[in-house]
Amino acid sequence: MKPAPFDYLDPPDLDGVLAALAEHGDDALVIGGGQSLVPLLNLRLARPEIVVDPRRVAGLDTITVGPDRVDIGARVTASELLEHAALATAMPGLLEAAADIGHVQIRNRTTVGGSIAHADPAAELPAALVALDGTVVLRSASGERVVAAADFFEGAFLTTRRPDELLTAVRLPVPAGRSGWLEQARRPGDFALVGVFATLDADGAGGPDVVASVTIALSGVGSRPVRATEAEGLLIGRPISTATIDAAAAAVSGGVDPTDDVHATGRHRAALAGALTARLLTRLAGLTRQTDGSRA
Amino acid sequence: MTRRRSIDLFVNGTHQSVEVDPRTLLSDVLRHDLGLTGTHVGCEQGACGACTIIADGRAIRSCLVLAPQAEGMTIETIESLHGESLHPVQQALADEHGLQCGFCTSGIVVSLVAASRAGASADEAIDTALGGHLCRCTGYVNIRAAVHSAWIRLAEHGDEP
Repeated sequence: MKPAPFDYLDPPDLDGVLAALAEHGDDALVIGGGQSLVPLLNLRLARPEIVVDPRRVAGLDTITVGPDRVDIGARVTASELLEHAALATAMPGLLEAAADIGHVQIRNRTTVGGSIAHADPAAELPAALVALDGTVVLRSASGERVVAAADFFEGAFLTTRRPDELLTAVRLPVPAGRSGWLEQARRPGDFALVGVFATLDADGAGGPDVVASVTIALSGVGSRPVRATEAEGLLIGRPISTATIDAAAAAVSGGVDPTDDVHATGRHRAALAGALTARLLTRLAGLTRQTDGSRA
Repeated sequence: MTRRRSIDLFVNGTHQSVEVDPRTLLSDVLRHDLGLTGTHVGCEQGACGACTIIADGRAIRSCLVLAPQAEGMTIETIESLHGESLHPVQQALADEHGLQCGFCTSGIVVSLVAASRAGASADEAIDTALGGHLCRCTGYVNIRAAVHSAWIRLAEHGDEP
């Protein structure tokens, strides 16, 4: 199908985009790479009066890797994340997540800001943002808001971004220790049933193998990314081992309540959440399992 | 209320200026305005890969780009990839019986050419580039054989047709 008619505004600078959103926000949708929005337009599931495209705004396509924080412009594509050497060193998990987005032909267009603002509960980058304790930068004609990931995602495809605001960048603290992403999809490139992003620092001051910090966030088990705080609490301050990891993974499975849908039952998703968490943390901890035949 | 607008783009080495309704898809600009019907349109939701083109050096879905977003793009379609003779990827698909109805084939060729230019190995091209294409005829066995065959030709002769 073809989209219903709309007007298309692509002002040449940020002030112009913010003015357009201030005037038309309630009737407008912002387009990034279009890899989620254009299918919705083509299927006429989205019928905006106006599409606002910030493609001509300077400065939205940069990646800045600092010692403590990474700033990523909203229009950076998944492929550009994957090609950034300094980013690969600072947070390899983010690249693992980006590599699992769709297929290469999608990754070449899909944008960081678009994916996060779209807030698909099955998507990779929202879960990564939550696990990394990131923030999003929202600009409007009336100023700037910096919103923590935990306060940004409200539900499936719902965020606290106001219609007059443009998501211009995400800020990601560089995690201590390691980071990683693991997801399970029926076929590579499909939407994942469940994904997990984790950071793990078990080389810190607390002693050898003692977990100084750990964060775990999951996609596909709720209407928004789910932070596994109970599982994190079971690991912090304790030695990392397959036993402590298994206890945390059990807490993940028990702590989520995904609903049944056409793709999988809730029980299956809950079991997957625990299994993927165990597999990912085992890898991040540098441990091996004799019975684990996976390549993760 | 929608305002038509003129867009400029560079397609297969030629500057093109086209007046479009903003809701027009790039795939339809290529097919209907420029007559380049080698770019096929299957699902119009990014799943099938038939409409794949190379834009600014990268393989993308032309059905997921609004025409005004293509302003200034440098585009290569299937029509640009062969001269008097077929591109090595096309020849390999023909030799290995890698197509039956052929509907998906032009998109597959475009993605494979982009992958080869990016330095992908044959296995990487199969796992990544080919993953983004649906073929309902072949079961992929002969397409995979064609990728291996094409990569041998490309290594020996480059991508000159």
